[in-house]
Amino acid sequence: MTAPQSIAELSRAIRAKERTAVEVVRTTLDRIEAIDPDLGCFHETYPERSLESAAETDRRIGRGESPGPLAGVPIAIKDNIVTGFGRTTCGSRILEHYESPYTATAVERLLDAGAIVIGKTRCDEFAMGSSGENSAFGPTLNPCDPSRVPGGSSSGSAAAVAAGLVPGALGSETGGSIRQPAALCGVVGVKPSYGRVSRWGLVAFGSSLDQVGPFGSCVHDAALLLGVMAGPDRRDSTSSPRDVPDYPGAIEEPVDGLRLGVPRQYLQDDNDPAVNDAVRSAVEVYRDLGAEIVEIDLPLTEYGIATYYVISAAEASANLARYDGVRYGRRAEPAPGEDLYDLYARSRAEGFGDEVQRRIMLGTYVLSAGYHEAFYHRALQVRRLISNEYDQAFEKCHALLGPTSPCTAFPLGQKSDPLQMYLCDLYTINTNIAGICGISIPCGHAEVNGAKLPIGLQIQCKAFDEVTMFRIARLYERTT
Amino acid sequence: MAERLSIDEVRQVATLARLRLSDEQLQLYRGQLSTILDHIAKLSEVDVEGVEPMAHPSDLTNRLDEDVVGESLPVETVLAMAPAIEAGFLAVPKVLPDQEQA
Repeated sequence: MTAPQSIAELSRAIRAKERTAVEVVRTTLDRIEAIDPDLGCFHETYPERSLESAAETDRRIGRGESPGPLAGVPIAIKDNIVTGFGRTTCGSRILEHYESPYTATAVERLLDAGAIVIGKTRCDEFAMGSSGENSAFGPTLNPCDPSRVPGGSSSGSAAAVAAGLVPGALGSETGGSIRQPAALCGVVGVKPSYGRVSRWGLVAFGSSLDQVGPFGSCVHDAALLLGVMAGPDRRDSTSSPRDVPDYPGAIEEPVDGLRLGVPRQYLQDDNDPAVNDAVRSAVEVYRDLGAEIVEIDLPLTEYGIATYYVISAAEASANLARYDGVRYGRRAEPAPGEDLYDLYARSRAEGFGDEVQRRIMLGTYVLSAGYHEAFYHRALQVRRLISNEYDQAFEKCHALLGPTSPCTAFPLGQKSDPLQMYLCDLYTINTNIAGICGISIPCGHAEVNGAKLPIGLQIQCKAFDEVTMFRIARLYERTT
Repeated sequence: MAERLSIDEVRQVATLARLRLSDEQLQLYRGQLSTILDHIAKLSEVDVEGVEPMAHPSDLTNRLDEDVVGESLPVETVLAMAPAIEAGFLAVPKVLPDQEQA
């Protein structure tokens, strides 16, 4: 693996005419062609379109026009974020040949800033999974050790940045799908506050939890990408009208009187000991830098998984009702005498993989008469309590530190039991439940059978306090 | 431990979810969903008396937009995505029974 060049540096070199965008894109495509068959990061690439856009970027620079802060920078997009070119499959047979007629707002803003969309990355089907093994088109492997998973569900985007195939990528999160693979692959991944980035064009999974977010090889790049994507969008009524601060410009500033909370529930004995050691060392780095470390109690942490799997499955069962074999997507071959119900039920049974079917069933069950109160309504109440618990914690500190994932990258096929897979998201899930923001940054490695497996430090801040989150992340990155 | 869900309950959920599953799949999901629901049952340990449910984390209310006609996708574009069309409409199997059977 070569050391990845930062987005900021790459775009500067292109704008300064030290490199041409065409050469950068061609090199990127060549690397993907050479390396990706062994990793499976990409579902498809757009060579023609990318080279054309790059040539146009070079022409604009030649004419002295402003090509944007991401001029000529190749970016990969998770395959559940629609683009008005190529296919958007969500890693599912039901959308295997789907071509979106429009482009997601987040992608449109990257394109407007000069970025080149180089291709779509593999993901767990409909973003349901924590390992990248649930794609209908094959798994993605971890570049740090190809016998292991990259995490998920934004598996291809995380692995592509880790392998140096692209300097940045987009993922999506419903319960940790950016931060967890970022941790397992050793890159930076951000879950923005709910409403920070428009969800227009992000294929819906859990609409009250979903957010688009960036991957980068450093904090600055993640901040740069978020700054470009963030902001209100009239096509998503939940996108926030709040001003977007200059994230990349703000990250070097100190946080006055920095107080960092370490919830006692985050450093459990069940975690991989190497993960706990690395996180404790990171906490000491902050202490040495003068931060006050406060112990925090978040007793509801352990109820996050249960709360999440009720709410997200309920929302998924409603959102995925749109795949009906009628308007778009896969349609089962009609048999004589079959009616409309048969067409729906067979198209969906053929098109959805096991994990998606399981979650639709779970969601249907918790919303059905007789169980709605006991499961769905109660989960929404626990959600409120989890959110309140965070509010109280943020009165005592600027941010919460802990591991992103309880374990490092695990071997493919190891977690065949769905519940065991769900438990991977223990530390990331509550961020989405409360709608706050979180980042995962690399904080060391575990040596396992000669492989160096990355460990992620998670920093959570209150909603719309991304500036503080980036500053704290950058402080650690700059020091280590 | 007894499974939380009966096979009939799983079949009923699949019917509601518009999923035509094989008997093997129903058996598999019965066990897996039962395990997941056993975990979810933890929620009953939490005291939620009088707690207002939280459906979403957004603090926005009644966000209004200008009442102007915007761009829409052309009908041809939308129909081009459909697996079966007939005379400019989405084609589906017969929904209503034949007159003589009704």
